[in-house]
Amino acid sequence: MEGGVAYEQGLNLKATELTLGLPGTGETEGQGGVRNNNKRPMPTSETNEEESQALAQIVGWPPIRSYRKNSLQENGMYVKVSMDGAPYLRKIDLKVYRGYPELLKALEAMFKFAAGVYSEREGYKGSEYVPTYEDKDGDWMLVGDVPWDMFMSSCKRLRIMKGSEARGLGCGV
Amino acid sequence: MDLSPKQSSPSESTRFPDEVLERVLALLTSPKDRNAVSLVCKDWYTADSWSRRHVFIGNCYSVSPEIVARRFPRIRSVTLKGKPRFSDFNLVPDNWGADVHSWLLVFASGCPFLEELRLKRMRVTDESLEFLALNFPNFRALSLLSCDGFSTSGLATVATHCKNLTELDIQENGIEDLSGDWLSCFPENFNTLEVLNFSNLITDVNPGVLERLVSRCRSLKVLKLNRTSSLDRLQRLLVSAPQLTELGAGSFSEELTLQQHAELKYAFGLCKNLSVLSGFWDASALNLSAVYPACSRLSFLNMSYTALQSPELASLLPHCPCLRRLWVLDSVGDKGLEAVGANCPSLEEIRVFPTDPFDEDMLHTVTESGIVAVSQGCPKLHYILYFCRQMTNAAVATVVRNCPDFTHFRLCIMNPGQPDHTTNQPMDEAFGAVVKACKKLKRLSISGLLTDLTFKYIGEYAKNLEALSVAFAGSSDLGMQYVMEGCSKLKKLEIRDCPFGNVALLSGLERYESMRSLWMSACNVTIDGCRSLAREMPRLNVEVMKEEGSDDCKADKVYVYRTVAGPRRDAPPSVLTFSGL
Repeated sequence: MEGGVAYEQGLNLKATELTLGLPGTGETEGQGGVRNNNKRPMPTSETNEEESQALAQIVGWPPIRSYRKNSLQENGMYVKVSMDGAPYLRKIDLKVYRGYPELLKALEAMFKFAAGVYSEREGYKGSEYVPTYEDKDGDWMLVGDVPWDMFMSSCKRLRIMKGSEARGLGCGV
Repeated sequence: MDLSPKQSSPSESTRFPDEVLERVLALLTSPKDRNAVSLVCKDWYTADSWSRRHVFIGNCYSVSPEIVARRFPRIRSVTLKGKPRFSDFNLVPDNWGADVHSWLLVFASGCPFLEELRLKRMRVTDESLEFLALNFPNFRALSLLSCDGFSTSGLATVATHCKNLTELDIQENGIEDLSGDWLSCFPENFNTLEVLNFSNLITDVNPGVLERLVSRCRSLKVLKLNRTSSLDRLQRLLVSAPQLTELGAGSFSEELTLQQHAELKYAFGLCKNLSVLSGFWDASALNLSAVYPACSRLSFLNMSYTALQSPELASLLPHCPCLRRLWVLDSVGDKGLEAVGANCPSLEEIRVFPTDPFDEDMLHTVTESGIVAVSQGCPKLHYILYFCRQMTNAAVATVVRNCPDFTHFRLCIMNPGQPDHTTNQPMDEAFGAVVKACKKLKRLSISGLLTDLTFKYIGEYAKNLEALSVAFAGSSDLGMQYVMEGCSKLKKLEIRDCPFGNVALLSGLERYESMRSLWMSACNVTIDGCRSLAREMPRLNVEVMKEEGSDDCKADKVYVYRTVAGPRRDAPPSVLTFSGL
């Protein structure tokens, strides 16, 4: 039988795996050196795009009409959300939220956690989990570090990290 | 009614006069009944021909427009379907055919009283729309679904020239959207519209023109706006047209002040007759609450264009006690489907579409738990379309035990050839359970890892099956043979990426003339097999579409259909026609 994508590869555990490494190593390339923007350093994680490529290459499968496919992709700003330890990802449309408070409330409800209190100097205090995001440059940032509009246009995906891992992030620049 | 004459002479006037017979037959509206009636005798055939008002043609190539116009000169309404269904998924070349123009040319002289035209998967050009608008003085209703080849200019000519238009229904088409000016082409005194659906279109229409049109058309029952329609505009339109029975809202993401929200909620409250709601692109939870007052009589809710989460759905559903049909995205998750099971006891149909069909990371958005939860709370369920990434045989068996009345069971496990994720077994027993429990099953779509056993079950138990859709399934020719031998009521069979070859194809010889069509692509059928089929069955058209670079002997895509019109003459070079004639 042709066309099958190996089922076992579908459980993409690598995406939720924590990797150790110096900030800026891993997927981001050609951007060594000191950055003088307000970015907190974070380890990156790999995702294997191969499986989704393979599925997208089977013509006409899954059987969704092109009208419906186009209709969904058009105006939304969909980003993936993962949480350390959770076996699944979600996807949300950033356009639906008016600001950080609403977004955080939605994330907390979706993944059943409490983000704690945010401050620019200390990040999220008093919480087991910390919402972070990957921006257009491939850097990982704390959600709330930049103005909402800038966040909306630069956020590529979200990741809710375990607080213990993020402790080193509170240093700022 | 006993028409058999007591005397042997047929010229005795125990026959009904023709006019009376026509009047009586006119009361029969179902095409099946009409077809049966026309076979009784020549008089009844003639009476039916003169009095038939509506014709449904499921395959535009099964008959020619000349034959239709000659037999039914007084038809008022025609429904025509063109391309094979897999053209929706880009499996059919663009220039394949199904152009409506030749039909219009014949009808203009042969059926000049035509009032309604409903087209699905046909090619429709602006030239055709203009011809339609100018040559049928009584024309009232145009519905285009999944068609392509036209632009908003074509719509403009319809709006300009069809003085008595009651219906303009433009859905899910490949339309070239040049501007929203077409709406302004309705004359200032035009007021007969009852159905207006332009939800497909992207460009914005003039809001003033739309509002004036809606307030003039007091009989307007169905209004489906496009995505660019603001909430402000919606609010004014609802106040102006509270008699609506079907509403397609536009975009629902705007930020509203408290005042605006209250006004919108009030406007929805005015609409006491809404039974169908759709649209709602990018709906925010807050805005959705404005819709609640309109939901008490709602029977069909289509939320499949916005990624609703489970709390929003759970808040909305209690306001819809009469819900019979629900379409959503899988963003609602299993929790959302639990809310469906808990709040919708009258539910008959549910469709769950994937938010992101190509993103493999999106595991567990809806699973077997969701579908089971719905079946537990909704015993009247008879139609399901479910896209998911995992399923189990046990879950499907539970679903059909809870709901044995399924007429349409369409399950799409999106990863091709995927087994039961708890047992790693094929999904044969799942579909076995479906066909054994659901005696009324008419339409079935199967997926997952499937052996010939699935088809054995289908052939043995699915005796009322009319439509079957198969992909990435089966182990040998036997699979298709089981179906061709067992499913005597089969009308449509579409197969892709299965190991069925010429033996399987030819096993259906006895069946194809009673079917509408067969589609087979990426199987093991060869050109020789197609040739044999065509030779054996001269009243079938056997068409082969070859892919670039494939072996000469392979029949990459095969489309077989019965016809009284002979091989078609408008096939493009990429389509080879084999005919036994």
